[in-house]
Amino acid sequence: MATNSVTEDCEQLRKAFAGWGTNEGLIISILAHRSSAQIKLIRETYAQTYGEDLLKDLDKELSSDFERVVVLWALDPAERDAFLANEATKRWTSSNQVLVEIACTRTSHQLLLAKQAYHARFKRSLEEDVAHHTSGDFRKLLVPLVSTYRYEGEEVNMTLAKSEAKILHEKISEKAYNHEDVIRILSTRSKAQINATLNYYKNEFGNDINKDLKTDPKDEFLAILRATVKCLTRPEKYFEKVLRLAINKRGTDEGALTRVVTTRAEIDMKIIKEEYHKRNSVTLDHAIGKDTTGDYEKMLLALVGHGDA
Amino acid sequence: MALSHEFQALTKSFSGFGVDEKSMISVLGKWHKDDIKSYRKESPHFVQDDRLFEKWVDHHVDFLKHEFLRLKNAVVLWTMHPWERDARLMKEAIDGPQAYGVIIEVACTRSSEELLGARRAYHSLFDHSIEEDIAYRVNDSHRKLLVGLVSSYRYEGTKVHEEIVKSEAKILCAAIKNADRKNPIEDEEVVRIVTTRSKPHLKAIFQHFKGINENLDGESTFDKTMQCLCTPQTYFSKVLDASLRHGADENTKVALTRVIVTRADEEDMKEIKEEYHKQHGVSLSKKIDDEVNGNFKDFLLTLIARGE
Repeated sequence: MATNSVTEDCEQLRKAFAGWGTNEGLIISILAHRSSAQIKLIRETYAQTYGEDLLKDLDKELSSDFERVVVLWALDPAERDAFLANEATKRWTSSNQVLVEIACTRTSHQLLLAKQAYHARFKRSLEEDVAHHTSGDFRKLLVPLVSTYRYEGEEVNMTLAKSEAKILHEKISEKAYNHEDVIRILSTRSKAQINATLNYYKNEFGNDINKDLKTDPKDEFLAILRATVKCLTRPEKYFEKVLRLAINKRGTDEGALTRVVTTRAEIDMKIIKEEYHKRNSVTLDHAIGKDTTGDYEKMLLALVGHGDA
Repeated sequence: MALSHEFQALTKSFSGFGVDEKSMISVLGKWHKDDIKSYRKESPHFVQDDRLFEKWVDHHVDFLKHEFLRLKNAVVLWTMHPWERDARLMKEAIDGPQAYGVIIEVACTRSSEELLGARRAYHSLFDHSIEEDIAYRVNDSHRKLLVGLVSSYRYEGTKVHEEIVKSEAKILCAAIKNADRKNPIEDEEVVRIVTTRSKPHLKAIFQHFKGINENLDGESTFDKTMQCLCTPQTYFSKVLDASLRHGADENTKVALTRVIVTRADEEDMKEIKEEYHKQHGVSLSKKIDDEVNGNFKDFLLTLIARGE
């Protein structure tokens, strides 16, 4: 893979905007094959050289889906999460899973960086916006989820795992899904501890906790709880499902395809692709190819294959 | 022959705050065993045992243990990295008889980055997050507030939205007025505002209270939280004064070391001293000089004189 210098990348991108129309192919061929660290350097150099923000130029020159995927990809991961989280609070509905997704699939450090980026960009904290824009049981769950700074060690306390599995089972049996202890366990325990607790839950009580949380398929709070569990314990399965529903045009998660591809391209896309292939009879590339067109499709496919080159 | 003023000096150096090492050395060092025997007969710190000897009153030996340890505790705390310091203070507060005041103090008077550092240190020291330990141990109406306070990562800019300040001030005022029927810290909206909004925002809300004569200077958890967030120097001045009063219990006394060591290097030590003087008519240094003994006293006075 030929590597241009940062200066050359900037020149090429500038050329892509020049004249009538835009050379989207050139934009894809450059940006899709750069890491977030490289893109950061390109943005800085572009601003120094041309006195303009690359993102603003992209915004001017591109349209809709393609623009969104390129702009999201060009953002630094922390800024991207901050942007997506802010969007999610502004247009929050009880079926919106983006906040859970960001709070639970990122590492403690990544979530912290996102919160710092949020301060810088929006002049408020993520917590205060989430608290202000959500209500009821959703607020009770979401605020702790975004506020937490989970311990990231592998140590597990089996006695605690047993007692907390019992508490979860008890509350779920009583249909007290919004109980303080359910929220406490899911929002404060480390991921390793939660995994141990839920493994014990399955062994002791026979079902996966998410099966027990499916009693009412229309209950949106239960859906958020299930998403929380999945994001914390099996993020690749969570993302596979989001992609599958988005590609089959089911559900209301607009922009899910763009969001998942841009946020996971540098993280665990390979595992998500394997999961997708296992679960569906086609590869993710194939499914994206059938569902999207043009430059949007090209950019998505380039990102989905990002780590493979 | 031991002189009565020596008895007094020794009794004084065995009571109060810290120990008067110099007196102990100069008096005890030169006494013969008869002098010490006379002292034991006279001193309230000894009792006559049935088997005909004067023995130490048990709880007084315990008391002395605390007093001798004060300098060591202060020095160890002072040399600690602030993150480790705050993490250990919180762990102690969580494990010990529930000292919610200390949790509120640390969570609310530190900057966002300092609190974050403490949370990191807590991970390293105790293999848990602060929030999981507090959520697990606190089972009463304080849980949501305390977990929210230690989890906060407040925006630290000065930008404040007046309309939101006004509407949230109304919410808090209503909760305060209703305090007899419902503890404000059990109100979801109160907890939301107090645990997520920035300090400048909360200070602006606090200004609204002044307008309706609500001083929030009581002892309730809500009052303490608002004081720590909006007027920390007032809060610290009160805590220091309580620690220096005669008859204060250990939990209250231990605040003297904690507050002075944790604030000595912060910009607000100057403000705390000013506030103390305003509230109590004497300087903090004079009060400490009067009430505290020995090397412990000297250490504290040196700390608070820094930057003068």
